[in-house]
Order: sequence, then C-alpha cells, then structure tokens
Amino acid sequence: MTVKSNTASTVWARVGDKIFSRLTLFFSVLMAAILIALLIALGIDAWPAIQKFGLSFITSIEWDPVNEVFGALPAIYGTLLSSLIGLIIAVPISLGSAIFLSELAPDWMRRPCSFLIEMLAAIPSVIIGLWGLYVMVPFIRNPIEIWLGSNLGFLPLFSGPPFGVGFLSAGIILAIMVIPIITAISREAIVAVPVTQREAMLALGATRWEMITRAVLPYCRSGLMGGVILGLGRALGETMAVTMVIGNGYVLSPSLFSPGATIASKVASEFNEASGDLYIGSLIELALVLFAITLLVNIIARLLVWRTVSVRGTGE
Amino acid sequence: MSKWNKNWFACMSVILIAAVALAGCSSPSGSPATSTPAKSINLNGAGATFPAPLYTKWFDEYNKLTGVKVNYQPIGSGGGISQITEGTVDFGATDGIMTEAELTKAESKSGPILHIPMTSGSVAVIYNLAGIGTGQLKLTGAVLADIYLKKIAKWNNPAIAALNPDLKLPDAAIAVVFRSDGSGTTYIFTNYLSKISQDFKSTIGNAKAVKWPGDIGGQGNAGVAGQVQQIPNSIGYVEMAYAEQNKLAWAKLKNAAGNFLEPSLQATTKAAEGVSLPDDMKIMLTNSSNPEAYPIVGFTWILVYVNQKDKDTGVALAKMLWWAIHDGQQYTEPLSYARLAESAVSKAETAILSINYQGQPLITR
Repeated sequence: MTVKSNTASTVWARVGDKIFSRLTLFFSVLMAAILIALLIALGIDAWPAIQKFGLSFITSIEWDPVNEVFGALPAIYGTLLSSLIGLIIAVPISLGSAIFLSELAPDWMRRPCSFLIEMLAAIPSVIIGLWGLYVMVPFIRNPIEIWLGSNLGFLPLFSGPPFGVGFLSAGIILAIMVIPIITAISREAIVAVPVTQREAMLALGATRWEMITRAVLPYCRSGLMGGVILGLGRALGETMAVTMVIGNGYVLSPSLFSPGATIASKVASEFNEASGDLYIGSLIELALVLFAITLLVNIIARLLVWRTVSVRGTGE
Repeated sequence: MSKWNKNWFACMSVILIAAVALAGCSSPSGSPATSTPAKSINLNGAGATFPAPLYTKWFDEYNKLTGVKVNYQPIGSGGGISQITEGTVDFGATDGIMTEAELTKAESKSGPILHIPMTSGSVAVIYNLAGIGTGQLKLTGAVLADIYLKKIAKWNNPAIAALNPDLKLPDAAIAVVFRSDGSGTTYIFTNYLSKISQDFKSTIGNAKAVKWPGDIGGQGNAGVAGQVQQIPNSIGYVEMAYAEQNKLAWAKLKNAAGNFLEPSLQATTKAAEGVSLPDDMKIMLTNSSNPEAYPIVGFTWILVYVNQKDKDTGVALAKMLWWAIHDGQQYTEPLSYARLAESAVSKAETAILSINYQGQPLITR
C-alpha cells in the first residue's frame, strides 16, 4: 500500500491521503452509527409494546386503541400484498418499455419518451395520491371492479362490495410509482450490454426477438433484478399515496377489493394523535417490523443477484 | 486588491454576518423575559388542527392590537398534549379531554393544568343517496350507532324507514366511511355514540382512533368527504364547517329533547347553554339536554399550567386568553366556528383568573 519516498511533495501527498482516508472513514462510520442509533431509539420507544405483546404482536389481527390491544398482521399482509400487486403489474410494463426504448424505438422517440417516463418518478407521492383518489379510484370501481365482481365474483380474489379503494387501487398506484424506477434502471442495464453480444447473435442467424431474449436479457439479468428490487423497496415504504387509496380498513381479506392498510399507512394515519406509551410503542414497533421486512427483502434480493451472477459466471 | 486581501475581506464579512445572526437568534429566547419590554414577548403554542384557522386569525389580530407574537403549530391534539407536558410550549390545544394518565404525567412535573374552552364545533353526518338532498334524511343516535356497528346493514332497514316515512330508501348496503387518522372529530363522534348506545360503548368505545368494524377509512375530513361523494349509498362524518363549505348533504339528528336538527352554529352554541358546566370545563357537550342543541358538539380547549414559571410570559398568556374568550369571539362565526355560550365564558374567566406566578394572580378582572 504505502510506498516509501523522501521527497517533500510525496510526504504532503501522504498527509493528504491520510486526511482523506480518515475523513471518508468518519463519514461511513457516521452513516452506520446513524442506522444503529435509529434502531436503538426505535427499540427503546417500542419497548412497552414489545414487552407487553411479544411475538403475538406479529400474529394478532387486533388493533384496538381504546382497549390498548395491538397486532400487526393485517398491516404486514397489506404491505406485502399491495407491493406484490404493484410488482406484478409494473415488471412486465417496465421491462417491455425498457426493451423498446433501448432496442427497438426509432431515434427520435428514445429521448423524449424515456425523459417522460423518468418525469413520472419526480411527481410527489401526495399528488399521485390525490389523482388516485379522485380520478383513478372512481374508474377502478366502475367499470373495473363492477365488471370483475359480476363476472369473476365467485373467486375470493374478486369478492365483496366494489368500493374502489382497497388493495387493488393501492397496488395499481404503487405500480405507477415504481414503473419509472424499474424502467430507467433496466434501460441502463440493457444499453450497457456490449454491441458484440448482439452482433454475435445476429451473425448466427437469430431474429431480433431471439437476440433480445437469448443474448441481451440474460447478459444483464442482475441489472434488471436490481431495478426490480429498488422498485420493491419504494413500494414497501410508500406512504402517502397508498394511505389515500387503500381504504384504511384493518382486516385480513383475500379479496383485492377489500379496504386494507399497510404498515406505513397505519403509522402515518395514527401517529399524530396517538397517546399513551403502549399505543405509541405499538406504532413504533410497526415501524421496526417494516424495517425488518425491507431488510429481509434486500437480503433475499442480494442472494438472488449473486446466484444469477455466479450462474452466468460458470457459463450457461 | 490582492487575492489574499479579497479572501480576508470575505472571511471577515462572513464572521460579522454570523455574529449578527447569532446575536439576533439569542435575544428572544436567551435573555430573561423579565427585562424585555412587552413588545418582544413571544408565546408558543401547539396542538389541535380543528381550531387552527381561527387561532391563526386570532393571533394575527392580537399581534396587531398588542404587539405580542403568538406562534401556533397545528400538529394535532396528541402533539399539543405531549408538548405542554414536556414544557416546550406555553400552551397546548386539544379537541379531547386529557386522559387521567396524561394528566398525571403532566401535573407531576409542573402542577395543575387548566382546560380553557375557546370555541366549539360540531360533527355533521353526511351521506350519498340518490334523490335525497341535504337535511332530508332523519336519524337518531341509536340508529347511527347501529349503522357504525354494522348491525343495520341496509338503507331500507325498518329502523331507518320508520324515521323517514316520506323517503324512498334504496334496498342497498350502507357503505360506512370513518376517519382513519386519529382526530378530535372521531373523539366527539364516538363520545356521542357511546353516550347513546351501551353496545357501542362496550364494543367500540370513545377515543381519537377506534377499532371500526367497517368499511372504509378516509384520511382527514377531505378523505372522508371524498369517499362519501364518490361511493353511492355511503355514510360518513366530518366537521360541520367542512361539510358546509363543500355543500355536502347532511342528516337531521334527533337531540336529547326529541327534536330533529340540522347542524348549525347556533345549534352548536346552544349545546353549552342550560346545562350545568363543571368548573374544570372538562365536559363533552354531546347529547346536550338543551332542546335547541345539535347533539354532536364538543369544545376545543387551550391547555395551560396554573403555575406559570415566568411572570411576563404568564401575564401575556393570561391576557391573550382573556382577549380570546371575549373580543376574540367576534371572529368565530365568519370562520364557521361557534361562539362560546355565556355560561362557558364565565367559567373560562374564573379559570384564566386562577393562573398565577408564585401564588400571585397574574391578571385581575
């Protein structure tokens, strides 16, 4: 690492190096310390709830501020379900538009189109939420939910009264919010695939479709996965827009039409007016649960990325 | 000018500006309030969002009159209670009465705390029924409780039909909309239903956020109103002022004397008239016995400590509160708040006069 030298300039450079390395060390330790401090602070405030409910906090479906009984299961379920719906809708659309923009689109379309998609990510979530509540939700109730209910109502998935607000609306709002993220990252990943890959495939007599599916997409698989994970991260934690369209019921329902709640929406709704250590503690424990879920999702995603990278590394 | 000189000059001016800024920051909070003239006294308050438009108007007018600056942060009643407990504000504001636990926590630190009523508000029951306009639907507290308990599920239920023989009520499920965020509106509404229905009291209870059996939660008045406007055959509850400004169809409710009334400012003020108010003013005005009173009404209070820690701040605070319950009342009705009833004003006067500094009263009548 260090090379001994006697000239004055290298001595100065070494001092500079040292300062620089200490400074960057300080910054990274600072960030890690903030994370740990955050966890400790949340843990202390959540302690009354952790002590009182233990593991039943995660398995109970009760949320009763009057009698001070709190459980997180409907919120956990709502968080995972709405994010899942969001990803199911967003991933095909994002990948499709990323492929089109990077491989197929005529030059004059590429820039304006990708710029517009990225602009979607810049819209504040409260605005998306308002649009969702006043424009999208009525449309989802009538015709979408009414049609689904009368034709596929025998499925538990589409049972119950069509209120418009509910898991389905929340999932669609989340899809709209994560599409620009997944599209932008996927497009970058696809563009980064070397031209030689494409040329080699075409030289073998492949069609454009075969070139994209066999040479381009497998090459940038980890990049695509990364985009999806970032999108999922945003979906799990999204608060404002979801609170406005999810209907804020607190139930475990298989129906997509049912009003529900996510962890973030529950905390945002009730924290302001919560009183009493146990109530506030339970809301903070909810935040800890969300923290754990995002951490878990990230770890699983990392493992997936490593796996795909190593599979490709060993050759297909 | 050489480069070095330029830098030095820049450096000095930065230091100078910083010094001036620091001095500016420290003077209001740092120096003891006793030595500052009345003009530079600042009062800080935080709490309920419901009266915030009125308070903003009040404090603006009061500043023009006296030069006393009052900062009010509408962070919610819960926030107001915790800030006054921590002593970070001179007064808190709340739409609900402090619970025993909250009182014990606050009073063990800084002594007794006063609930001083400032204005009152009522909660309108709004609905979306095709062909049925505002004020046409009549409901009683008992029926309303059963609707919110999901025991009455359809609009053509005999209990509703019996109250509205002239209306053609649909054979449709009632979509019940509630406030999902903790709020004083929910507190007043559930207080009323708990007084009327034993069943409601034992299964749901009275709080700023409760466990509703169904169906849809809206965020804030706007969220509830938005859902009710969009969903056919729905019912919800919002602040009266909000319902009025947005021309929402509201129901006539049967009061304790048996009269059906629409919410109005007069009917809100009446709720405190002719009823015996306790000296500490910790009373919910719901289901008032006054025959002209709308039944879902509540005070909104300012919370202050009886024993003030700083004389000048205490004097300014007491004077400001005195002004609010007297001259300030003229600003209530233009902003859709109800005037305090005379009986409430006289109780509030007694409370304000009891505010003291080391045992000495701060203002006299």
